[in-house]
Amino acid sequence: MKSLETAGGLIGRTVERVEDAGLLTGRGRYIDDLPVRRDTAHLAILRSPHGHAEIRAIDTTAASALPGVIAVMTGADVARLTRSMTVGVKANVECWPIARDRVRYVGEPVALVVAENRYVAEDALDLIEVDYETLAAIVDPEKALAADAPVLHPSLGTNLINERTFRYGDPETALAAAARRISIRIAYPRNACTPIETYGVIAEYDPGEDAYDVTANFQGPFSIHAVIARALNVPGNRMRLRTPPDSGGSFGIKQGVFPYVILAAVAARVAGRPVKWIEDRLEHLTASVSATNRVTTLEAAVAADGRITALCWDQLEDCGAHLRAPEPATLYRMHGNMTGAYAIENVAIRNRVVLTNKTPTGLNRGFGGPQIYFALERLIHKVADELGLDRLDIIRRNLVPADAFPYRTATGGLLDSGDYQTALDRACAEGGLEALRQRRDSARAEGRLYGIGYATVIEPSVSNMGYITTVLTPEERAKAGPKNGAQAVATVAIDPLGSVTVKVASVPQGQGHRTVLAQVVAERLGLPLASVRVNTELDTARDAWSIASGNYASRFAPAVAGAAALAADRIRARLAAIAASQLNVTADRISFRAGKLFDRENPDNAVSFGRVAAASHWAPDTLPEGTGQTIRETVFWTPDELQAPTATDGINSSLCHGFIFDFCGVEINRTTGQVRIDRYVTMHDCGRILHPGMVDGQVRGGFAQAVGAALYEEYAYGSDGSFLTGTLADYLIPTVMETPEPLILHQETPSPFTPLGAKGVGEGNCMSTPVCIANAVADALGVEDIRLPLSPSRVSEWLYGEECPPSKPQGPAPVATGASGERLLTGAGSADVVATRDSVWTMLLDPNTLKAIIPGAHEVRKVSDTHFRAEVTLGIGPVKGRYRADIRLSDMVAPEAVTLSGGTEGALGSGRGTGRVTLTETANGTRIEYRYEAAISGKVASVGGRLLDGAARVVIGQFFQALARHAGGGVRPSAAAGLIQQLSSLFGRRR
Amino acid sequence: MPRMNAAQRHVVDFTLNGRNVRAQAENRMLLSDLLRHEIGLTGTHVGCEHGVCGACTVQIDGKPARACLTLAQQVRGSDVRTVEALSPDPAELSPLQAAFRRHYGLQCGFCTPGILMSLDALLREQPDAGMEDIREHLSGHLCRCTGYATIVEAALSAAEEQRKEEIPNA
Repeated sequence: MKSLETAGGLIGRTVERVEDAGLLTGRGRYIDDLPVRRDTAHLAILRSPHGHAEIRAIDTTAASALPGVIAVMTGADVARLTRSMTVGVKANVECWPIARDRVRYVGEPVALVVAENRYVAEDALDLIEVDYETLAAIVDPEKALAADAPVLHPSLGTNLINERTFRYGDPETALAAAARRISIRIAYPRNACTPIETYGVIAEYDPGEDAYDVTANFQGPFSIHAVIARALNVPGNRMRLRTPPDSGGSFGIKQGVFPYVILAAVAARVAGRPVKWIEDRLEHLTASVSATNRVTTLEAAVAADGRITALCWDQLEDCGAHLRAPEPATLYRMHGNMTGAYAIENVAIRNRVVLTNKTPTGLNRGFGGPQIYFALERLIHKVADELGLDRLDIIRRNLVPADAFPYRTATGGLLDSGDYQTALDRACAEGGLEALRQRRDSARAEGRLYGIGYATVIEPSVSNMGYITTVLTPEERAKAGPKNGAQAVATVAIDPLGSVTVKVASVPQGQGHRTVLAQVVAERLGLPLASVRVNTELDTARDAWSIASGNYASRFAPAVAGAAALAADRIRARLAAIAASQLNVTADRISFRAGKLFDRENPDNAVSFGRVAAASHWAPDTLPEGTGQTIRETVFWTPDELQAPTATDGINSSLCHGFIFDFCGVEINRTTGQVRIDRYVTMHDCGRILHPGMVDGQVRGGFAQAVGAALYEEYAYGSDGSFLTGTLADYLIPTVMETPEPLILHQETPSPFTPLGAKGVGEGNCMSTPVCIANAVADALGVEDIRLPLSPSRVSEWLYGEECPPSKPQGPAPVATGASGERLLTGAGSADVVATRDSVWTMLLDPNTLKAIIPGAHEVRKVSDTHFRAEVTLGIGPVKGRYRADIRLSDMVAPEAVTLSGGTEGALGSGRGTGRVTLTETANGTRIEYRYEAAISGKVASVGGRLLDGAARVVIGQFFQALARHAGGGVRPSAAAGLIQQLSSLFGRRR
Repeated sequence: MPRMNAAQRHVVDFTLNGRNVRAQAENRMLLSDLLRHEIGLTGTHVGCEHGVCGACTVQIDGKPARACLTLAQQVRGSDVRTVEALSPDPAELSPLQAAFRRHYGLQCGFCTPGILMSLDALLREQPDAGMEDIREHLSGHLCRCTGYATIVEAALSAAEEQRKEEIPNA
């Protein structure tokens, strides 16, 4: 089957991509580029500013009245037309795409607006008034388990939504007999691979047929189609889902667009016209989807020689506020390979899934791998260090032997092929490990901080669609019926002119599927690359697809390209039979090359491919007896090795298992704590390589994302659930300056289980690189509890301990006593005003004066002598918004002192604060002294966190500047002075 | 500049890819939205709308600029160039574009138009641009797919090719 008759076969060659001409000239067709019906309206989504709150009331009157607004919907409106989304575990919770009576994470949808255009739709969002009663939030997965922790879902009664324990072999005996028991505890942070194109959905509803038609830049798996159709209360054939021709990256993330498919579909139904939604970047970072954060304790039973005889995993997985399909898949995707590249017979696993006030999690490149390998490979380093043995020796001693494949792991995985020892040895030799060690030694001799790290990883690909059912007990599985397999589908079609079209349900986001499929099919049919055209758009109403369709779990090369090869082979066999009859030879003598079919023993006896291929269209009567048509062949391929979980919870969670061995050298700047990757070597065995350029592209791309995860990226939350990294200036993606070039090495051990021998390769470095860098940093610093991201401030703490308070106090620093977890701003200052104390006092209590002097005030209303309401517009950092402020006065000692307390609420966030103002008489007038503390949450906290303190100082300064002007006093500032200086000189402000 | 009204659309006359264009836009409309949704040139992509990712980079009077941070009204009378104009012939690629294809300088292609517009301006302004200049200019762009190495290779290759063409016997 694998003999290649085309001279210089196309598979394995680095050909130019067929995708590129369109993408380079601005002719790509991404979701936001597609033509839409003329009556298409735009959807905008109002989102929760709170991590946890009850919704007391939503007033949409003003929004609905805004010209151009077509429909406004709340969670209740959506719920009337839909059902809760399916939850993957047995638990008494519902999962809605929009909040109903409670919000559980910042960014959770609260209301929908459909309007003529996006600008008006967003205007209307600002007019929706939501009355929230904030609740205590929980963001730490361990604290979420505490008896007194706030519970997100009252119906569940706890935040622990699932717990399962597993036992393979005899881990207790192995632990008892072990020379050493060595354990490590790690907390893996939240991050996401954040594609540059955000989510987009175009939805339509046909009331006559009760059918939805949605185009979305969804990436699969199409098992989610079932979740969408069920939620929309229609059979699958009335939920048509299509994907655009191009998609701007996904890395798993665009699986998470599906709740918005449901929302946009309902919005289109209510609005009575097509609806389009394009997510913005703040929405994407805050509320699209991210990887899970996980707390893991891993213990090993270790013999004196370093051989590991048992592993005990305790994993606490944080899936955010809702358990959204396919979660808790992140926790189970690696279940068959929890022993990594090592032959370890005994395994115990305790898996707990907890809900917290953070964005629900979902697919993200590496999917479960970064979390487990961070624990496993940190532990391997530690085992070596504790035993005083060389780290590479420990790795070598435990690797699965080269003659053991296919190797059944303790947890039920079937490692298909490999030669880990050779790959590791080659990497060390070709990657220059010895030279790197010398480099480390000489750096250390000079007193520099330099470390070397290793990581050994099994990269699973082609997920078993049944692995997630490992989360159910064997009894629950028996009741639900088995789930297994991974249907891949490909169609090869020949048109009446004899040209070939390939159609797959692979939904690429830049991986070059069209090029590789053209290579595979052209090679099989002896055609030039350009004569095969490939279509990768998917339309569930027209195309062949199944639940495993889509682009995830690195399944393209092993499964989809393999299915295309099988479809081409079937057509090829029939074409050979037809050609044989035309050329009067037997079919086994027919070769395919350069657009011709010919007798191998007499190449002049030939016929053109087009002529043979067209026969099925133009003259089916001429086909030899028993030869089927050559018009279209669709192959569904699912590997036998992907069985449902066994009664003892054994699961072959993936079909293929690539091997990766990485090592790197890092240097840490002793002054700044900055980690610099000095050298990085990554060895991959991904089976047969179909396109070397694209394989290296996948490795480099995954590596760059992993460098981000290791050094820069974290979805950071305040302990009140505020999301703190809402812009790409806060969530730091590596640029070219931060991305080193790794040395990439390859070994090719074909998979015996895939048609082309290929394995997946897209995700491996997201699994190996973060821990490899962490191991190197641990080596450099001698620190065990390495946490990502390795930001300079964190590394500095390890170098120098926590930052000391400044030796000289910067002024009267008020004690921060805000509610736990909120972002607290504190400040104090004073100003001298040329006016009497009484007149200043009167001004401070007069709404008209306040309106004139509060920066950005539109209106100040006096509710009572001690209660004011104000409408203000404030710009903080890049975000300008309108807020409603409610201010109460207390502890009034006229005309000396007053305490102002109150809250502000606006589309961009909310704040609460207290300020004490005192007035004292001076020789020239009055000195106003003030101190304040304020807590801020919501969008302003997400996007402007770093700027808030400075902005608050400036705004409050402006207030007193205006007061001084109003009082007729003050000194004009010099024109050249900076703003802070101006304020200081104006008020004689003391710091 | 005439006094404008927030509730109305106003005429914006400018040059777009060598042709005179008369478009209408509200005061608050972004240049990226004008190009994409009013005029229909969707080659300029929008990735963050806060000026960090660089996907929306176009050239305004020859200089790279973020279309997402530019109001449509600001380009009155300007010469705006987008990725659609890079290749002289729709069936061919410019040398820079061809270098990107040769070196696998793109995967999903979403960030690519902005990168091309920055590099095109750089290579015009600084024909002798080397590795460090190229990296410096690329640092204003985020790419999530490639890990950048192939983009740098493509840019270096295009720069070299351009220099060979300008000095035929060098």
